[in-house]
Formats: sequence, C-alpha cells, structure tokens
Amino acid sequence: MSPQTLFRRITDYAHRADPYPLYAELRANGVVRQEDGSYLVGTYDEVAALLHDPRLSSDRRNRTEPDQRPLPVRDDLPPSFIGLDDPEHDRLRRLTMRSFGPPHSPGTVDALHTGITAIADELAGALHGRDRIDIVDDFAYPLPVTVICRLLGVPAGDVPRVRAWTTAIIAALDFAPEQDPEPLQEAALAAQREMAGYLGSLAEGRRGGPSGDMLSALVNDDGPEGTLTGPELMSTAVLLLIAGHETTVNLIANGALTLLRHPDLLVRLREAPELVPQAVEELLRYEPPVQFLPQRTPLTDIEVAGVTVPRGAPLVLVLASANRDPLRFPDPDRFDPMREHNQHLGFGGGAHSCFGAPLARIETQIALNALLPRLEGFRLAEDPPPYRRSPVLRGPRRLPVVRG
Amino acid sequence: MRIVVDLNRCQGYAQCVFLAPEVFELHGEEALMYDPAVPDGQLERVARAVAACPVGAVLAGERAGPGGG
Amino acid sequence: MAADPLGGRIAVVGASLAGLRAAEALREKGFAGELTLIGDEPHAPYDRPPLSKQVLLGRARAHEVTLPRVREVDARWRLGVRAEGVDPIGKRVLLADGGRVPYDRLLIATGTRARPWPVPGQAALDGVLTLRTSDDAAALVERLDAGPRRVLVIGAGFTGSEIASACRERGLAVTVAERGPAPLVGALGGVLGAFAGTVQRSHGVDLRCGVTVTALTGRGGRLTGAEFSDGTRIGAEVAVVCLGALRNTEWLAASGLAAGPRGVACDAGCRAFDMYGIVTDDVFVAGDVARFPHPLFEYQMLSLEHWGNAVAQAGVAAHNMVSPGPARRPHLTVPAFWSAQFGLNIKSVGVPTFSDRIVIAQGSPEEGRLVAVYGYRGRITAAVSVNRAKSLEHYLRLIESGAPFPPGPGAADGRGPRPSVPSDVPDPRLLSHGPTVALTGHLPDRGLTLLRQD
Repeated sequence: MSPQTLFRRITDYAHRADPYPLYAELRANGVVRQEDGSYLVGTYDEVAALLHDPRLSSDRRNRTEPDQRPLPVRDDLPPSFIGLDDPEHDRLRRLTMRSFGPPHSPGTVDALHTGITAIADELAGALHGRDRIDIVDDFAYPLPVTVICRLLGVPAGDVPRVRAWTTAIIAALDFAPEQDPEPLQEAALAAQREMAGYLGSLAEGRRGGPSGDMLSALVNDDGPEGTLTGPELMSTAVLLLIAGHETTVNLIANGALTLLRHPDLLVRLREAPELVPQAVEELLRYEPPVQFLPQRTPLTDIEVAGVTVPRGAPLVLVLASANRDPLRFPDPDRFDPMREHNQHLGFGGGAHSCFGAPLARIETQIALNALLPRLEGFRLAEDPPPYRRSPVLRGPRRLPVVRG
Repeated sequence: MRIVVDLNRCQGYAQCVFLAPEVFELHGEEALMYDPAVPDGQLERVARAVAACPVGAVLAGERAGPGGG
Repeated sequence: MAADPLGGRIAVVGASLAGLRAAEALREKGFAGELTLIGDEPHAPYDRPPLSKQVLLGRARAHEVTLPRVREVDARWRLGVRAEGVDPIGKRVLLADGGRVPYDRLLIATGTRARPWPVPGQAALDGVLTLRTSDDAAALVERLDAGPRRVLVIGAGFTGSEIASACRERGLAVTVAERGPAPLVGALGGVLGAFAGTVQRSHGVDLRCGVTVTALTGRGGRLTGAEFSDGTRIGAEVAVVCLGALRNTEWLAASGLAAGPRGVACDAGCRAFDMYGIVTDDVFVAGDVARFPHPLFEYQMLSLEHWGNAVAQAGVAAHNMVSPGPARRPHLTVPAFWSAQFGLNIKSVGVPTFSDRIVIAQGSPEEGRLVAVYGYRGRITAAVSVNRAKSLEHYLRLIESGAPFPPGPGAADGRGPRPSVPSDVPDPRLLSHGPTVALTGHLPDRGLTLLRQD
C-alpha cells in the first residue's frame, strides 16, 4: 500500500491491536509526506535526533497548515508546558518540578513508595478468590488515579468525578472517524473547564495553608522565579492529573498483557522481583503507552534522513516505531526483560521528556510485583483484548482474564 | 558496591535522583553529584536508578582492583 | 605481536581509569595470556572527577571513590610501585623496586600529575597543596574542615574553579589568582571565560585575573599568605596550586619512544611512535598521557585530560592490542568533558580551543542557561552548554558531520539568531592554568610550534 496513507492506517482503529507491522513499513519507507501534509518519522536515530533538535517546536500555534486531526481540547486556559517551547516551557516545568523532584524536592517520589505499595497490595488482595478479573478496571486504573490524586491533594471522595472528567477529555482525543466529533469535543471542553475550575479552587483554598500536596505547593511556593499565575496553575494541574494516570494505566495494562502472553517470563519475574525494574524499561520499549508525539512542528525547513520537512508542517515522531528499529535494538520484536543497552524512547527525550517518568516507573514496578502473584492460574479471556480508540495513548480498554 | 556515572552521557534527566535520592543529588539545576560508595541499605534503589537511566550512564559494580577485581 | 594475539604477555603501566578499562576490555575480548597492571599509587583504580567536587563538599570520602569494575579481571596487580623505564629490545618494564615485567605488548597509560609550585622552598610550606590524587583530596578536605580564614587558589582552570566553588559552598573565603584574563578561558575562550568570571564574583570569590602569584610567604614553615605581581598581598592558610598537569613520560626518556612533555605520540590506532616517527606495533598508549591525531580537527595531535577520552581510548587500544591489522579500529571519539561548579553544569563536546568564532545559539549568559557553539573557518568544531545538557547532543551531531558555522536559524527558544564573535582562545603560554585540551601539533592560525625537550 502507498506509504502516503501510513498515518491514516496507523490511526485506523482496525490496526490498534497490532500497529507494529505498519511501523516496520514506516521505517522501510523513510520519511514520507502523508496525504494530510504531515510527515512521519519512525527510525531510532532520526527520532532521537529530532527529540533534541532545537528547531522543533512543541507549540501547535507554529503550524502553517490547518490541522485535520483531533486537537487537544482548547479552552480559554493557556497551553500547559507540554505544548510550549523554551523559555516558557522551561520556566513552567521548573516551577512545577519544585514540589515533585530535584533539585528542590528530591525525595518526593521515593517517599511515595510505601503508600503506593499499600494501595497496590490492597487492590491485589481484593482479587483473591475471583475467577474472572478485568485487570484494567480492577487494578491498572484505580492504582495510578489514587496515587496522582493523593500526590496532588485531590480528596479520595472526588476520584469518581476525576474519572468522569478524564474519560470525557480523553474521549475527544479518541474520536473515531465514523463518529461526529462535535458533541465529544463539546463534552470534553465542558469537562476540562470543570476540572480546571475544581483544581483551581482546591488550590486557592490552600493558599496560605499548605497541606503537603502538590496543589498546595503550586499555589504557595514562591521561589526566586515567582509562582504560577492562576490560569497557568489550572492548565498545569489538569495536565498533571490527566497525564499523571492515563499513561500509567496503559503501561500497567500493557505490561500485564505482555507477560500473560509470555507465561515463562511472568513466572521468572514473579520469582525474581529484582528483575522487574529492567523489565519495566523493556515494556516501555516494547509497548510504550505513548505511541507517537503528534505535536512537533519545525520552525525552519529541516532535513530528516534526506527529506526536507518544510517549516510549519506537522511532524510526527513515532516513538513506538523507533523502539522497534532493528538498527538500534537487536531482535526488536522480541520481549526481553533482561535486554541490555535499552535506551528506549518510551518517555520521549530531550527537553520535553516525560515529566512524570520516575513516578510511572515505580508505580509500574510496584504494580507488577503486587499483581503477578495473583495471576497464577489465570489466562487471557480474549487475545487481543478490546483496545481503547486512541492510537496515541494506546492500551486495552478491558483486559479480562479467567481462571483455567 | 561502587558506582560511577559517565557525565558526558548524562543529560540531567535525574531519574537516579528521584529513585535513589540518598545517593544521587542535583547540585544546582542539573549538575549531578553522587556518593561513589553505595551504602548497603541503598542497593535496591541504586539498581532501580541504573535500570532507569535513559542514557545508560550509571555503572554499578564491585570495587575494581586486586582481590577479584 | 605474539603469534596468537589472544595469548602472550601484556603489561599495562598505569592503573587508573584508562589502565583499568583497557585491562577489562582485553579480557572481554578474549585475551587469555598473562596480564600485569602496574600503578605507582597504592590504591585500587579510583575515579578522579569527584575529588574536586563531592569529596570537597564532604558528600563522598576521598578514599572511597574506587571505580566499579565492568567485569572481573584476572591479572597481576603491582600497585604502589613505579615503573622507571622500558627496555624496548628486551621487552621489559623496569620497576623502581628492581622488578622486571616482561611483555610482548605494552600499554602506556601513566596519565598526568599536578604541576607543582615552581619554587621548591615555597612549595614545601605547610598549607601548600595540589589536587590530583585521592591522597591530595584527603589532605585538602582536612584543611578545609579546619576552617581556614582564607584559601588561595592559584590558577582558574576547571580544577581551580571547582575548588573555589567548594570553598564558597563551605562558606570559606577564597581568592583565585589567574594570570590570564578570565577563569576557564584556556578551555572555553573569551565569551564563556567572562561569564565564568561574573559567576565567580557573584558567588563571593575574590577573583584576581591578569596577575601572577610572585611568592608564597610563610612563617615557621607554615604558609601565611601570598604576594601578587600587582604589588598586593593577602593572608591565606591554605594555597591550592592548580597550574595544570604534567604528563608522566619521564620514565620513558630512554625508551626510544616519541615521549616528551606533551605526552606520548601515537597513531589513530593508539600505537606509539618511536622517536623517529616510526610507528611501533607492540607499544600502545591511552588516556591523558597520549597525544593522537584526530581527523575532525585537521589531524592535529590532541592531548586530552578527559575522563571520557581515557575510557574510549582504552577500549580502542585494548581492541587493537589483540586484533590483527585489518580488524583494528581508529580512535575517533569526539572529545567531551564536564564540570560542576557554582551550581552550574558545564558540558563540552568537540574542541572549543580549535575555533576562531563563537555564537550563543540557545539561552543566554544572563539567565545562566545557554549553549555556545564554536566554529573554525566556517565549520562547527565545538559546543558548550551551561545548564542545558539536553541540548548538547544536537550539536554533537553537527560537529561529527562537519556542519557549517554558524548553525542555521530556528532555535525554538524564540530569541532569533545572534551574531558570532571571535572566540578569543588565548595562547596557553599566557595562562596560569593549563588547557585541558592541548592542540599539540600547531595552534590554529599560529603556525607550527616546534618543541624541544631540554
């Protein structure tokens, strides 16, 4: 088939369960202009170079061609740092990092270890005696959402509201060509406004009276570079809350799915938990929860693998394809938890590399350690399982396993 | 156990600091410093840091030198 | 070379980073013969960069910076004994204790040592130190722990600047004396040198550039202060002499090898030249003591006091020591180094001194985050980042591909193109601190410099 239709085929829901043959086709064809004017890059060296290329913007406002694909929900809020360039991106990210990680709060993620383990153990314990489990609903979803709410300071009782808002927002990203996108976009916009307002007022309520969570820190922290404005805080909080669990749900679910497909390795990891950190890195390579970065745009004509990508064109970095590039990873389609030199691009790279990567890492490590013993005697009820619509945030919608 | 970080490779992703904050630290915004002699209580955290480094810059191992080195 | 390259006898002189990594690589590649490592320090191989950073800050101990091993090495370790010479005909390393180590292949990895204060009587004063070894670092930490009223750092290269940074972080008063116009100027040129000077002063360093220390003064055998060429004087209880490094090549004086103050010359495959410029096939060189031609820098002979070069060159040397001719590899790694000082992460790729122009490509000195790109005759030859480490990889690719200087427009930080200015790399003879990269062939636009060892 024509390489100009690759992006259409990749986003086609029919290929959601296994997009990897399409990625192989992408790598074989090099950088090709798609029918919608975008350019896809899927080879490791090129993707790695572009992640560090200062001439690439993450701000969609630098696009010269109209964007035909679903956009992240727009609102009167300013873009969050994921959609901005330096120095604004850098400033917002640094201010947000002050309460999440080094240099100001190096121990935050490490200190979550005990709490996450308790949540994971409780969720895993509730699976005892069951004959049928949906790994997504019963485990992979509740763990990260509970963790991120606790970290941000969202009351546990409000988790159902968070879930409803997030579902509406993600549904708009997940839109399917056969559906009318308008109502979904409207619902998503409403959900985002509500979520932003909710998080903003939670933070406001803690101004002057911090309660040890990130929302408190964001509203009260006044470092040498000042503090976030109200709208910046709301954009950032929405980003942290959604990105802080959506992708981890997929990482955990993809991990469980992959291991259920490799029962020998599942047993091995269950018996040798010290191998789990490396196994999670391999999962990030093999089934990355963010398959591609759709929002880069060159600020000047740039050459990628011999092809000129014009200024303003949508440039899509297909991380999941780079992760399977045989020129970088020997035997790339093999899942090998002991793989060495595994510098995968599962969290992106460069200035925009995943903000929450360390949290996703330990959550998934803890999750697998708690879950794997419970899967003894279980098998996949459906393979492949039903997938969520999104080609970007790719993962199972449900992951039913049954005894036997 | 001893560690050494190839700071030419290091790009300041600081995964090691998040995962083993007693051993690794940022000095200023992104200069990495670490204790090359890992205390026994930190071995598991350091192993996680080694696995997580996006550029494979952290090397952990037994002390080099005579006597098995 | 022995009939079987994986058998026979290999001696490695120098048991620090390069010697250790070479020994490991030899075993990794299947060398099954006798392997001897000779080191003049009594310590197992250790890592030096922490000595001027976390060790001085008390966050790591000077004698606990032993390197981790990459793999087990079956070898005879001769630590604490100095190699005094090489008998190239009899193929033996001569040891200071009278021992003889026969070899059929030899790796020279003896590195450098700190250049001492040139006046022996003053250098012997209690309180006058250098910093190169873990013993040096332990001694300096002890002095700093005692809370001296003022520390004098002589020479504002990387080591001197890092020591000054640690002193300020400990709350100690520090004076830095530099003969050149700015700190770090010998390695990074005028623009970043000026930036480094501003940083030092803003951190409370008493920075004195364009002066030399004319005398270290003492009373009762103890350092009391220093006199400067501008007629001023200070009191100081500790002086750290940071005048750069001397290459440990004296022991090779009678070896017939091309060994001198600028190192041991070798080819791109790490094979040493003899004094006639004929390449040997049984003597190899790696690490700080080596000088070698690099195609990216017009085949100039480079001497690099870089951690990364020691690792990479040791790997190439080891490979070539056990590989027949056609399977040998060149050492082509782009030079790179880092420094941590005053809360800044300074990283370099390429050779900044091999330049005539510089442009700030991203960020700015004012915000304390930047990438500076260096060019020579219209080609990018180096880039230096300050708190912008993730940006450097892009420029490394440009250096490797010989991309045109200045780099094209389009940096996403929205500041637009800025003009390039002269890189102002001074003649190293005008500095207190030695450059950590020495272009030992000729300097750009300064013609060939002939060197004669007295």
